[in-house]
Amino acid sequence: MEEREDCIALQCRQYSASCREFSVRCQPVQLRSLSAATCSVWLAAYWLFVLTQNSMVLSAAIFITLIGLIVYLHFVKIDQESLLVIASLGIQMTSSYASGKENTTFIEMSRVKDVVINEAIYMQKVIYYLCILLRDPLDPQSVSEVVPLFQ
Amino acid sequence: MQMLSLKASGGQDQTPKAQVESSSSIPMVVLKVFFPSCCSSAESGLLVGHWIPEQNSAVILAVVHFPFIPVQVKQYLSEVRQVTQVNVSVLGTWSNCKKKEESLSEFLEDLGTIFSHEPWIQLCKETDSKFWSCSIIQKHPSTPKEDEIILVYYDQRKVMLSHLHPPGNLTNSTDHKAEDASKLAILFDTVAKSKVLFMKDRYDDGPIKLTHWQSEGVEASIIVELMKQASIPVCMLLTFLLSFVSSVCKSRVLKFWPLCFIWSKLSTCEQLGHRLEHLQVISSNRKAQNQPQLMRKANIFVSLLADVALGILLMSWLYRKNRIGHLADTLIPVADHVAKELQDLLQWLMGVPAGLKMNRALDQVLGRFFLYHIHLWISYIHLMSPFIEMILWYVGLSACLGLTVALSILSDIIALLTFHIYCFYVYGARLYCLKIYGLSSLWRLFRGKKWNVLRQRVDSCSYDLDQLFIGTLLFTILLFLLPTTALYYLVFTLLRLLVVVVQGLIHLLVDLIDSLPLYSILLRLCRSYRLAAGVKFRVLEQKTGKPLRLLMQINPLSYGSVVQTYRLPTYSCYPKDSWGSLCKKLFLGELIYPWKHKGEKQD
Repeated sequence: MEEREDCIALQCRQYSASCREFSVRCQPVQLRSLSAATCSVWLAAYWLFVLTQNSMVLSAAIFITLIGLIVYLHFVKIDQESLLVIASLGIQMTSSYASGKENTTFIEMSRVKDVVINEAIYMQKVIYYLCILLRDPLDPQSVSEVVPLFQ
Repeated sequence: MQMLSLKASGGQDQTPKAQVESSSSIPMVVLKVFFPSCCSSAESGLLVGHWIPEQNSAVILAVVHFPFIPVQVKQYLSEVRQVTQVNVSVLGTWSNCKKKEESLSEFLEDLGTIFSHEPWIQLCKETDSKFWSCSIIQKHPSTPKEDEIILVYYDQRKVMLSHLHPPGNLTNSTDHKAEDASKLAILFDTVAKSKVLFMKDRYDDGPIKLTHWQSEGVEASIIVELMKQASIPVCMLLTFLLSFVSSVCKSRVLKFWPLCFIWSKLSTCEQLGHRLEHLQVISSNRKAQNQPQLMRKANIFVSLLADVALGILLMSWLYRKNRIGHLADTLIPVADHVAKELQDLLQWLMGVPAGLKMNRALDQVLGRFFLYHIHLWISYIHLMSPFIEMILWYVGLSACLGLTVALSILSDIIALLTFHIYCFYVYGARLYCLKIYGLSSLWRLFRGKKWNVLRQRVDSCSYDLDQLFIGTLLFTILLFLLPTTALYYLVFTLLRLLVVVVQGLIHLLVDLIDSLPLYSILLRLCRSYRLAAGVKFRVLEQKTGKPLRLLMQINPLSYGSVVQTYRLPTYSCYPKDSWGSLCKKLFLGELIYPWKHKGEKQD
């Protein structure tokens, strides 16, 4: 979980009496930070080129920038996370990334034991997070997995 | 729809303490109807499917159209029930008409009395509207509350073909019955088992007309059918050939002591044996019982094909422009060069290596001994040099058996060429090991203790004076000769480790090619609905007063789980020694065997 200085928005929709959706949206990719990162990488590459007079450094820098951007957008930057609760069917968690990729997990109602707010120590502070407790199939009383929501 | 924006300053990612107005908290009974999307445009008729009372859900499998005779419908359904073991019955009515007609709705209600089913579902769709209305009629309502209905659309063909992979190891336990079985598994199971129901299409001249995903006509491919017919005689031929080959391999001739020792050490023979096993699995006549076995067979087949294709590619590259001749020509100079480097190394050790002062006499003895060995080795290599090209040419032909075989042969050639390094390592290690044991035992004597073999511990012991005297002398001698032996041991161990690392990399590559489930990965790429990790729901447009509409789609497995689930087992196990025990063995001078094959007795 990373710190965000800007705002995050929560939206609740009720489709019917037995179905609700909660979605959390965070700040999209800022042009400012993107151009700052690109400029710094290219300045460093140009400085290396001046030192070594090897033009491979420049093309390598372009590759690194492109690939880094693609990896960041596709695997790291989460645009929106949503939780869909359907009574007696289950709970579905979707994370959609900035490149449009969507990662969905569906947990059936029979596997859900409870939904709790858990606290954890992260660096020097205590944070609270919502998580789902899953039932262990072999032992109905114990908890087999803790699934945190809204990462 | 309610919208809440939170501006959390200070960067805390806390869950917002929002108050959402809650609807009535009376627990409602929710009835789920799974409807196949292919039947959305079907004409009016009866709904046929499976009712699961424990989960209050109805799985619709097909729609029976008018005109029909109720007795024939009931007879057909009982036949289907017997064949598929699925409790298929008439669940309700379906009407798809331009506008609501009174007579039709009365007729449909009358049908409810002929095919009694509890509860009776009535789905109505108007032709130009997206929203359907659904009503449930219960003769003996168990609860006085109103049921809420959820309509879930599913793609029948995809659900039928897909195989669900439940998370964790739920598949391991076989004695968990319906209460623990997941609802989705039951749904997938029901649709998969009802294949017989989908065999009738609308071109059949039967008394009953059905609509389901195959009602436009049963699909089949001529190529697949031909291959199925041709595969039986091919399998029988292959089984016969393989039994012949394996009987030759198991014959007594090859079991004599030197030969069987050589076979067990060569990794090529291991790899060939492994591939033979694979071929036996593929060509066996028994059909695969369940899905994992089928996938395993398919994986072995595709990976074998890819292996042979890569091997033939390699072979064509090697034999073009006579590259193999060039390779054979450079082999002898390379061996000579390695031997020359070793001789230089030994001369360096016999002098003043790295500024350390060695014991002259021992140094000379060991150095000359190893030099003589290298001389012998070079003579043998030169003796073989006329035949190298021919041997290599014929051995290169065996690359057509697969890339893995070619790589194993390469690893074996490296092992054979560096055999003298292995010998030196063994000599150095044995000498060093002897010295270390002698030293530790005499050190105990120095302190007046003895190793008790019976009790496996160190006991005190009173020695005679002459025993102590000789013991101390020997201890001093061994101690001062230690640096020389240790240096030789260190140098040769490093060389041996280098060779082991190179061979290990080749083995890793061979294992990778062996165990990668290519067919599963291709399936995940092209037909991702066949391997399902779960499902995902999407909420479609809603209208108040109408039931909730959801679209169920298949959530495919991730590539990592595909590889993990369908990995083929390999024959070698990785170094079992942890880093700690490896260092301990190196320090004590025990011989290290970097990899052990499964089935080999532990040393």
